[in-house]
Amino acid sequence: MKEFKILAVIAALVGITYYGIEPYAHHIMHPEVAPADFSFKTLKNVDTTLAGNVENGKVLVEANCIACHAIDAAGFPQMMPNADAAASYGVVPPDLSSAGRIYDKNYLANFIFDPVTAMHLEGKYTPESGKAFPMPAYNWMSPQEIMDIVAYLQSVSPKVTEGKEANKATFEAACGRCHNMKYAGIEATTPTDSLKTYMGATPPDLSQYIKSRGEHYLHSFINDPQVLLHGTSMPRVGLTEKAQEEVIAYMEEIGDSKKAERETTGLWVMLYTLIFAILAWLWKRKIWSEVH
Amino acid sequence: MAEFKKADSMLEWFDQRLGVVNFVKVMMTEYWIPKNINFLWAMGVLLTVLFTFLVVSGIFLLMYYKPDVNMAFDSVNYTIMQEVAYGWLFRHIHAVGASVVFLVIYVHMFTGIYYGSYKKGREMIWVSGMLLFVLFSAEGFSGYMLPWGQMSYWAAYVITEIFGGIPFIGDELVVWIRGNFYVSDSTLTRFFMLHVLLLPLAIIGAIVFHFYALRFPHVNNEEGEFFDFDEEAEKYLAGNKKESKVVPFWPVFLSKDFFVLGFFMLFFFYLVFFHYNFAMDPVNFDKADGLKTPAHIYPEWYFLWSYEVLRGFFFEIAGISGKSLGLIAFGIANAIFFVLPWLDRSPMVKPANQRPYFKYWFWFLMADLIVLTVYGKLPPTGANAWVGFASSMTFLVLFAALPFITKAEAKKVGGK
Amino acid sequence: MMDESRRGFIGKAFGAVAAVGGIASLIAMKKTWDPLPSVMSAGFTTVDVSGLEANKLEIAVWRGKPVFILKYTEDMKPTDGRNVKIGDHYFSVMIGLCTHLGCIPAYRADQHDFKCACHGGEFTDAGVHKFGPPPRPLDIPPFKLDGVTLVLGEEGPEYKAMMAKAGGA
Repeated sequence: MKEFKILAVIAALVGITYYGIEPYAHHIMHPEVAPADFSFKTLKNVDTTLAGNVENGKVLVEANCIACHAIDAAGFPQMMPNADAAASYGVVPPDLSSAGRIYDKNYLANFIFDPVTAMHLEGKYTPESGKAFPMPAYNWMSPQEIMDIVAYLQSVSPKVTEGKEANKATFEAACGRCHNMKYAGIEATTPTDSLKTYMGATPPDLSQYIKSRGEHYLHSFINDPQVLLHGTSMPRVGLTEKAQEEVIAYMEEIGDSKKAERETTGLWVMLYTLIFAILAWLWKRKIWSEVH
Repeated sequence: MAEFKKADSMLEWFDQRLGVVNFVKVMMTEYWIPKNINFLWAMGVLLTVLFTFLVVSGIFLLMYYKPDVNMAFDSVNYTIMQEVAYGWLFRHIHAVGASVVFLVIYVHMFTGIYYGSYKKGREMIWVSGMLLFVLFSAEGFSGYMLPWGQMSYWAAYVITEIFGGIPFIGDELVVWIRGNFYVSDSTLTRFFMLHVLLLPLAIIGAIVFHFYALRFPHVNNEEGEFFDFDEEAEKYLAGNKKESKVVPFWPVFLSKDFFVLGFFMLFFFYLVFFHYNFAMDPVNFDKADGLKTPAHIYPEWYFLWSYEVLRGFFFEIAGISGKSLGLIAFGIANAIFFVLPWLDRSPMVKPANQRPYFKYWFWFLMADLIVLTVYGKLPPTGANAWVGFASSMTFLVLFAALPFITKAEAKKVGGK
Repeated sequence: MMDESRRGFIGKAFGAVAAVGGIASLIAMKKTWDPLPSVMSAGFTTVDVSGLEANKLEIAVWRGKPVFILKYTEDMKPTDGRNVKIGDHYFSVMIGLCTHLGCIPAYRADQHDFKCACHGGEFTDAGVHKFGPPPRPLDIPPFKLDGVTLVLGEEGPEYKAMMAKAGGA
């Protein structure tokens, strides 16, 4: 019928325009990047097949790490308040309680071996820059010793209930030192001034990042910030795929809390609209049968 | 005082005081519309419904929105979107509605162009309609600023900066519009005033005028056929509904409108709930920052063709800078639609497919507008810049050529 | 009964008075839209450059924009048409927004240049673009010299001379 033809023409013109300004344009502005690598296979300095000895790990951690790092879950407190730590190191060193749970084993081992390379911040901490990363590299330790430390950290990491508790815990541990999240009432543990000096710019508030960046972008970005934002000061954090999903889930919980309600309501409204449309059609048919 | 006898019914009581019986006849049951129309004739009612959605959703947003640079973003993205019951729904309806209303405006406008509904007595309908397009554009632009995201800020910056191109008074004019040297709180609050009060009032006034302008020339029909409405109305009222060439606005014309509306609402609500990024650009979920320019700045889709004409001229011609040329072309491109009735020199009121030359002009224009729209979104680098220039020139040439094309057409068809 | 000519005159006089009232209202409304006095006064920023350290970037705010003020050391060479001499030292005075997309470049004191983190653009100490996407040098804001005070927002003779030299660039 003629009216279907008209509708088809309009749909075609709108479809072409839509394709050009949405999928195509976005493809041009945001070209595809290499997929996220959760095995961190470019980090190969430590033989991670070695079985770590938890007892020895504890000894090594007590000797080498707790001077700067708190491990609340194992009873090692913070050595100084956040503001002082930030003043001394530039940034608050992370509490290592959940490090064993949320960071990938291969990443963690290689991080201890050489933090700057693991974080992909070789561009920032160059000899010319005069900047030194506050944590030294432990490349003088044997691979076995490093794996012992990793095993120990994994053993002390507290169990968290999957879902909201895990999401929040992972987010706070992985992101909370540098990023605010106003809508969750979270303030970065490192004071703003130290952070700005240390990072070069203030790390953004993440309250709406699930909406401004989207899951697809965040999936790639968190795994390796340099790929999408070359030259950024944000380190590659080394989250496992599961931990990263927890972070993104938390961002969605805080940034798009009405998603479930929106989708449910949407289905009901569309069902209603379908009934409305059918009844409108039937009524129109009846009325117009008298005039055709 | 006029004599008022005791009324026998509630209807008669109101009729004695307000003339409701006659009012309903004039506005509804005896307002005659041609019968040979297709679903494109429903766009007007669709627009009225969408405008109503925008006003109602706007009313609820107004309860919680704070027009202050420090509070605007959070009042929208925290309070309204996540705290207020159905706040997210009103915001989605408002944002998606604002975008979709332009889709329907364009369909409505191009329907008018296709069927020649802008000439032979219908010029005021066309002009008031174009005025509505301009008012809706201003409404959309001012509304987009309110969430105070990055796109809000930078779109406001770029567009207010344009006025600096006007000779002599340009720079001062920009400061006067903004209420400051840069886009700031004073800019936000005055655009809030425009968006919430002045422009809606102007739009309502223009809609009333637009509806009024329809009455004397009557609504057009698919064939552009001229007939005697009074004669056809008589036939209908005499019971000859099938032979009559007209139908009453209520219930016949509106029943078809409701049917089109129903299916349109399926499309609309799908977008509201499940596919809204085209109307709520992700970049706008970053708070406005005057010291950080986004990598890609672009307006909402319905302004893209216009935006591309503005930046289509990127080099100097005959001593006039690209920037000035773009500004002039932009001004012409938006104003030229107003004078369309006078550019078309053929008296033929016929659908484009029955006009030997106009049909090519029409589809050429559609293609050009699509190219302008798509390239308005893409970064204006390299080859894209040249495509932009070519399509902008094409637009201007098409309108300049229209009088000649239609005059030749009138001659060809000759006295029919 | 008044005759036509008097009624006509009074009608016109009344119309004229009404029109004057209307125009006066429009003028008042135009003025309400004007920027506030506090805004206009903020349109000028004064900076005392006498206490500034050489080779250390000072950032002032003028009309919502960052303005770079850089005092040159003895061995830093001025660029013709880009620097202004205040007292015994050369200075760079420029709007600290990268001419590519408006990010704020960082000053590298050891290299005497500016590096923009956003897309890698680089500018000399005089703000001339030397690498990357920026299409033109950093913009120079209108300024006036008052002894050792720099007034941003007013066009002084040094500024006018610099603009004249830049010409159609």
